[in-house]
Amino acid sequence: MSLEVNGVEHSAEVEPRQLLVYFLRENLALTGTNVGCDTTSCGACTVLMDGRSVKSCTVLTVQADGAEVQTIEGLADDGKMHPLQDAFHTEHGLQCGYCTPGMIMAALGLIQEGGDLTEKDIRLGLEGNLCRCTGYHNIVKAIQSAADEMRSPASA
Amino acid sequence: MSRASTAPVAPPVAPPKEGVPVQGGVGTSALRPDGVPKVKGEFAYSSDMWDEHMLWGATVRSPHPHACIVSIDITDALKHPGVHAVLTHEDVAGRKTFGLERPDQPVLASERVRYRGEPIALVAAAHPETARRAAEAVHIDYEVLQPVTDPEVALDAATVALHPSGNVVRHIHIAHGEPDPEADVVAEATYEVGMQDQAFLGPESGLAVPDGSGGVDLYVSTQWLHVDREQLAASLALAPEEVRITLAGVGGAFGAREDLSIQIHSCMLALTTNRPVKMMYSREESFYGHVHRHPARLNYIHGATTSGELVFVKARLVFDGGAYASSSTAVCANAATLCCGPYEVPNALIDCYAVYTNNPPCGAMRGFGAVQACFAYESQMDLLAAKLAMDPVELRLRNAASTGTVTPTGQKIEGPAPVAELLTRVRDAPLPPPGSPGTPDIRELPGGVSNATHGEAVRRGIGHAAGYKNICYSEGFDDYATARVRLSAPAGEPVVEVHTAAAEVGQGVATIQLQIARTELGVEAAVLRPADTSIGSSGSSSASRQTWMTGGAVKTACEAVRERVLSTAAEVLGAEPGELYLSNGLVMSLELGAVYSLAELLGDTVVEATREYRHAPTSPLDANGQGNAHAGFAFAAHRAVVDVDVELGLVKVVDIATAQDVGMALNPQAVEGQIEGGIAQGIGLALMEEVQVIDGVIRNPSFTDYLIPTSLDMPPVHADVLELGDPGSPYGVKGVGEPPVISSTPAVVAAVRAATGRALRRIPMRPDDVAGLTDRSPAGEAPREPR
Repeated sequence: MSLEVNGVEHSAEVEPRQLLVYFLRENLALTGTNVGCDTTSCGACTVLMDGRSVKSCTVLTVQADGAEVQTIEGLADDGKMHPLQDAFHTEHGLQCGYCTPGMIMAALGLIQEGGDLTEKDIRLGLEGNLCRCTGYHNIVKAIQSAADEMRSPASA
Repeated sequence: MSRASTAPVAPPVAPPKEGVPVQGGVGTSALRPDGVPKVKGEFAYSSDMWDEHMLWGATVRSPHPHACIVSIDITDALKHPGVHAVLTHEDVAGRKTFGLERPDQPVLASERVRYRGEPIALVAAAHPETARRAAEAVHIDYEVLQPVTDPEVALDAATVALHPSGNVVRHIHIAHGEPDPEADVVAEATYEVGMQDQAFLGPESGLAVPDGSGGVDLYVSTQWLHVDREQLAASLALAPEEVRITLAGVGGAFGAREDLSIQIHSCMLALTTNRPVKMMYSREESFYGHVHRHPARLNYIHGATTSGELVFVKARLVFDGGAYASSSTAVCANAATLCCGPYEVPNALIDCYAVYTNNPPCGAMRGFGAVQACFAYESQMDLLAAKLAMDPVELRLRNAASTGTVTPTGQKIEGPAPVAELLTRVRDAPLPPPGSPGTPDIRELPGGVSNATHGEAVRRGIGHAAGYKNICYSEGFDDYATARVRLSAPAGEPVVEVHTAAAEVGQGVATIQLQIARTELGVEAAVLRPADTSIGSSGSSSASRQTWMTGGAVKTACEAVRERVLSTAAEVLGAEPGELYLSNGLVMSLELGAVYSLAELLGDTVVEATREYRHAPTSPLDANGQGNAHAGFAFAAHRAVVDVDVELGLVKVVDIATAQDVGMALNPQAVEGQIEGGIAQGIGLALMEEVQVIDGVIRNPSFTDYLIPTSLDMPPVHADVLELGDPGSPYGVKGVGEPPVISSTPAVVAAVRAATGRALRRIPMRPDDVAGLTDRSPAGEAPREPR
């Protein structure tokens, strides 16, 4: 099978039962995507597949055949952090940070769906991503602030 | 110090006459040094550790909560292709047991298993699946025994002893004031707290690397590197310096990483195979692989005068410690000493037990004994207020502790104890707008998107609670932290490097250390070396103590560095050191303003100091539970507003107002983060979080079945942060992390009681309890005579 990860084409022979998250972590050494629960509950492993957020512990690698996958490592643009990364850092949207890559990718998927994002929309959109440290408020603030920045004409 | 350039140098720009505060110092919301790598996915968690030659470890665990091991046969497991080692208790080179406070837990069980999930054998293999398969091929014959799962049964002298010392891990008896005081009004009830899980997001993991000469390097997520090393060295039969531990990235802790998990096991496998060995638990294994918050049963009798003055508190508290001691003795002490709450209680008679059972071992979790007690004593205050027909906040205000209050252990509270002010503030905080039944947005209703209700039976309730917690270690423990601070100017700019073993577990101690170094030395460029065992201990990231303790050590080491820099500068200038200070990379004179660039003064010199910091000594409790056991206290209060569907038993927490004295907010943004995160865990305990243990077996070891609050469960939090300054700590700080989790739970329960009129004496409350379909409130019974 072959797939594109963060803009780079990869071809590999994989076991049919391998989960995408382990392909990313072990075959490609992209360890930014974390495993928190193994049961699709926590969202730490969220990545974008063809622009939609998926929990990569519930996707088989072979299901991603031909897909474009984006992980946290593919977010910065030529070393410049993505507005979501900046906002999570400056708004204190993380403590231990284990949920952060998944949160950011889920948030990106949400923002890319388009439309205005109210605080409630963000909370609803992130319900499948658990955070044990922050109580979520600063995460929501970070996403609101990044969404505003991403939609302002200046950041085009 | 370099004496190369001794003449004052005029800086290129006109120097300030007076020092300006350095960027990112104490009191600012300086950003986390680990923030950028964490948002970029570059931060190396312990689960990311990798070595191309490494093997994978797996653990064979007992399927029975209580059994004798008849035989262990590893022959088939060893035959698996790709298996490099299979180890049992016979391979433990040194002490066969470990434990935080007493080494009663086998590294690998030999004759008897005392809980479901107890480790018995280890496998190292080239692939994690091979290791797991081979682990299944370890054949163990058991003689299954009846598990002791009820702590009251365990206390009975007729019950089988699970350990040679018996089933009582600790009993604390507190007798304070008159033995038999008379009260006008008495409130009596029994409460229960279920087993809560820390539910950190990053399961236990690490990499052990043999050094080729018998020693080992371990990269692991933990809370206290040095206490890990002590236990590892003993069980591996190595000298402490042969076991070097470096903190790998920690995916949350909350107490669950105080005890050992993969540490000894991975090192045993690495030393046997002479290959690096990685171990990583699944979420299910993690539920068996770390201790939980103690379930507790708490009987209370409160007595008061008709005007609402507390006369006495009598209590009998039983904490289920599970199979091994872990930190049960200290949890027991916290619960006992804090169990009357932040109130003036002239007479107290307390018996608190921690007992062994065949349930999963329990130990540290954020709040550490104070949580269970606070739920019960705050519920009692509400019950008493109802009996007195008094407003519950008014009753608390009438009895609120203040500076000088003597606690039931005879300890006078020396620092600020603003209980009345905290309660008043949360009571008077603006209320959220009233809920509107039939609101078109179902997300606003209990049950939310489940579309369970349209609001016909939704009632609003408001509840209040206050709580307190000891900060730092207690009972005479030699509690200290070590820091090395190094000041140099390698590229013509001053840089301060800080080295400690303090575990950054997410709480922000890394940021705090750098903020302190910046402020104390007036140098913005501050870097933190990785936490490891090449420096002295910092103690644990627990008991809300790191800002106080490691913060204190960094401050003290900085002061020593500063003193040397200034005395050199004074010598050069012919001035008195007291006339000089450091500010923003400059040596300043009180009289002349900037007299030196710090970089210039330093030249090639490195000024370094290592210091240990200790808080004021504490003392053990005597036979009557009397003693100045605690170093300091932190206080908080919460008000919860809830909407409850009283027919369906669904609860939505609408709003939390909190007030907390943090002493001084060294980093206001981080303080806010700790408060909000702690409240989320407190709400979880009130409403949903329980490790369901039936007959010694955990029935819900997954995040599908063990629920923690999501972004939709978390209400707005209005936090009122007081900075009253503790006289005994650096900058007057108090710990921040634990108080938010302590009184938030009883505030939520009180609010649900107000909405439903139900007793609700067991947490977490289930919908059945809230709707009145079941009554899991334990039977109220009088405290028994001490055994």
